[in-house]
Amino acid sequence: MNRPKLKSWKNPDNISDFPMGATCKSDNLTSINAGWRTFRPVIDHSKCINCYRCFLVCPDGVIDKSGSQLEIDYDYCKGCGVCANECKLKAITMEEEGNFND
Amino acid sequence: MEKLNAKNLTNEELFYGHKACGGCGESLAVRLAMKILGQRTFSVHPAGCMSAVSFNYPHMCFTNNAIVTPFAASAAVASGVVEGLKALGIENTQTVVFAGDGGTADIGLQALSGAIDRNEQLIYFCTDNEAYMNTGIQKSGLTPYGSKTTTSPAGKNLPGAITKKKNMFEIVAAHGIPYAATASIGYLEDFMIKVQKAKETKGTSFIHVMVPCPTGWGYPSEITVSLAKEAVDSGLWYLAEYENGEFNLNRNPKEFTPAKDYLKKQSRFKHLTDDDIKIIEQYRDETWRRIRKNWIR
Amino acid sequence: MTKKFICGDDAVAEGVRLARPHVISAYPITPQTVTVERLSEFVEDGSLKAQYVHVESEHSALACAIGVSSVGARAFTATSSQGLLYMAENLPYASGARMPIVMMNANRSLATPWSILGDQMDSMFLINSGWIQLYVEDAQEALDMIIQAYKIAETKEVMLPVMVNLDGFVLTHTYEVVEIPDQNMVDKFLPPIRMPENSMNLDDPKCLCISAGSDTNLEFRIKQEMDMENSVPVIERTDKEFGDMFGRYYGGMIDTYQCEDADAVLITTGSVTGTARIVVDQMRGEGKKVGLLKLRYLRPFPADKMAEVLKNAKSAGVIDKNISFGFEGTIFTNVNSAVKQAGLTLDTLNFIAGIAGRDITKKNIREMLDSLLASAMGEKQESIQYVNVRCKL
Repeated sequence: MNRPKLKSWKNPDNISDFPMGATCKSDNLTSINAGWRTFRPVIDHSKCINCYRCFLVCPDGVIDKSGSQLEIDYDYCKGCGVCANECKLKAITMEEEGNFND
Repeated sequence: MEKLNAKNLTNEELFYGHKACGGCGESLAVRLAMKILGQRTFSVHPAGCMSAVSFNYPHMCFTNNAIVTPFAASAAVASGVVEGLKALGIENTQTVVFAGDGGTADIGLQALSGAIDRNEQLIYFCTDNEAYMNTGIQKSGLTPYGSKTTTSPAGKNLPGAITKKKNMFEIVAAHGIPYAATASIGYLEDFMIKVQKAKETKGTSFIHVMVPCPTGWGYPSEITVSLAKEAVDSGLWYLAEYENGEFNLNRNPKEFTPAKDYLKKQSRFKHLTDDDIKIIEQYRDETWRRIRKNWIR
Repeated sequence: MTKKFICGDDAVAEGVRLARPHVISAYPITPQTVTVERLSEFVEDGSLKAQYVHVESEHSALACAIGVSSVGARAFTATSSQGLLYMAENLPYASGARMPIVMMNANRSLATPWSILGDQMDSMFLINSGWIQLYVEDAQEALDMIIQAYKIAETKEVMLPVMVNLDGFVLTHTYEVVEIPDQNMVDKFLPPIRMPENSMNLDDPKCLCISAGSDTNLEFRIKQEMDMENSVPVIERTDKEFGDMFGRYYGGMIDTYQCEDADAVLITTGSVTGTARIVVDQMRGEGKKVGLLKLRYLRPFPADKMAEVLKNAKSAGVIDKNISFGFEGTIFTNVNSAVKQAGLTLDTLNFIAGIAGRDITKKNIREMLDSLLASAMGEKQESIQYVNVRCKL
């Protein structure tokens, strides 16, 4: 999966370890969005033709096209359904989050 | 200029992990723009949804250098970034503002006007979701006629907002800006070409991109992109450019899809009567009469 | 070193020229206008190599300086009165972001009623903004303190913006002979700005001016306060170093005159100090034990140093060119707090004077000192006195 990764983080113990100024280093993800979902998109790779439209339209950018098959980063997918709605071949279905055990 | 599409657009994400609502149109526009502008971008964000969802210590969602600014000041801070980098001799970068409709057409208008007047080397995006969404869906200068917002409620006496959208595109063009464009996330290839053109522009450029908001407009999140397309297809938004001192209409539909179909998908327009919709179509037709007369080469 | 016969605004412009800012964001407001005008001339003739940005308002002037500072470049702007209040939200923005911006403020009254003349209503409003605030007595000090301000601001342990205050018209527009140091001497004293750790840079991208929730916000603020306190030894050290190099040492956070055995001490800020010094000399000549404490910095507030000076005095008076409506002069409130915290019991009096350019004469100052001496002798005085009022109250 070629998506930005969650960083391990602990709030500073000592005041001297706080950043100077209201600043933080960029690209510093310390929490995931998986808990937002009630539905998750599932790609049927037998139908998918790798047109990459879902990759293009995802507001959160969680669809990774670097591999031979499209992969969804379920840490950051919010289940908004735009990918499923935009897929012209209906290769993506929105399935109830409760069906999954991860 | 290589025409960008889903296949050749970079897989790398520069804007990720943000806390915007699921289906947020604005975050899609910012995400795609950042892919095109690249890592050597200094992005400038006034108060608004994007800054509120991306910069909560310690969770930082931009991989590039980014600064949040006071609400009115995005174009002024961006001017300072541009001038500071110039003075330090730092090259091959760009400075970009991602401001909402309130932060552009209302409180941000003064600073935007000054920046364009000085022809600062920056790209200014107005990501327009047609209200002050971050503070809870209040009316802005770009809220369209008939839209219910929390400060322009629809009731017995009023049909929601009673003013039309401020004509930001033509206001900006009237400054003689080198490049300005209107865009939509319903026409993503068109949007991406415009981002590329802005990137190549010498001087200030402005892109006004309409971005639907499921929370504020009241529709199921999955239709964000198709709803944006419908706004354009029904003539309630247009795709145009202003460059080299001339207007150019990019898309001139022979027939509009019914405005009612677009409007009734959104709860902010649920209250509209047929008479209200007629008024909206009238405003639309007046606009198109004028732009068809003047903007077609 | 050259000598020029210039006004306070000119002197600030000369100081800025010598300090080599990268970008100047300029918006005119009386009585600061001569400063931004002179700076545009220096940029035009090449004696100052800086970007000069004609911003469209004061809010944008400081916003632009914030942008400049955010990438590690040296920024300057100037304002006054209504302009200072217009940009008010950007002051804590810059100080919280720890940006070493230097801004000159021409102290001028606040509408309404309108007045373009000098008093301190404007800077008192922003005393809580997290900026280091200093007040200069004459044009020479104005030039010198611009240079010192950058050095203090950009010191690693400080990294805070500095407001250099000049009395409107009385100082901004009056002429005196000013020594203009050589550029190479100033370059030795004030080296180029080093990329601060909190700036945006391509090698180590940052997010600036972020949000902090209730779980971390307080710690950010405490760190800011601790570094404001760290600025005290830096201020003292910088003034001494300046004195060593340029021959002018201003006393650090406060300057005292004849306070060692004084019964009554008058506390002043800005240009009225010069007038007060003359009156102190006159009254000392008459055998009266009076002294003068020049408050150079209002933030950080020199509480300890002040208490040290006042510990043997019987009364102290504060000239406030401002009123905090509903209470008293702002400097008086600060002095009283310092006096109380030090456990001192001397009487303190507040003299509200110089509002909207009304002169503070030698006679007025003599009356203040007489009142303080009377108080020192045990004769109860009005604690808040309006000076030189033109009608019955």
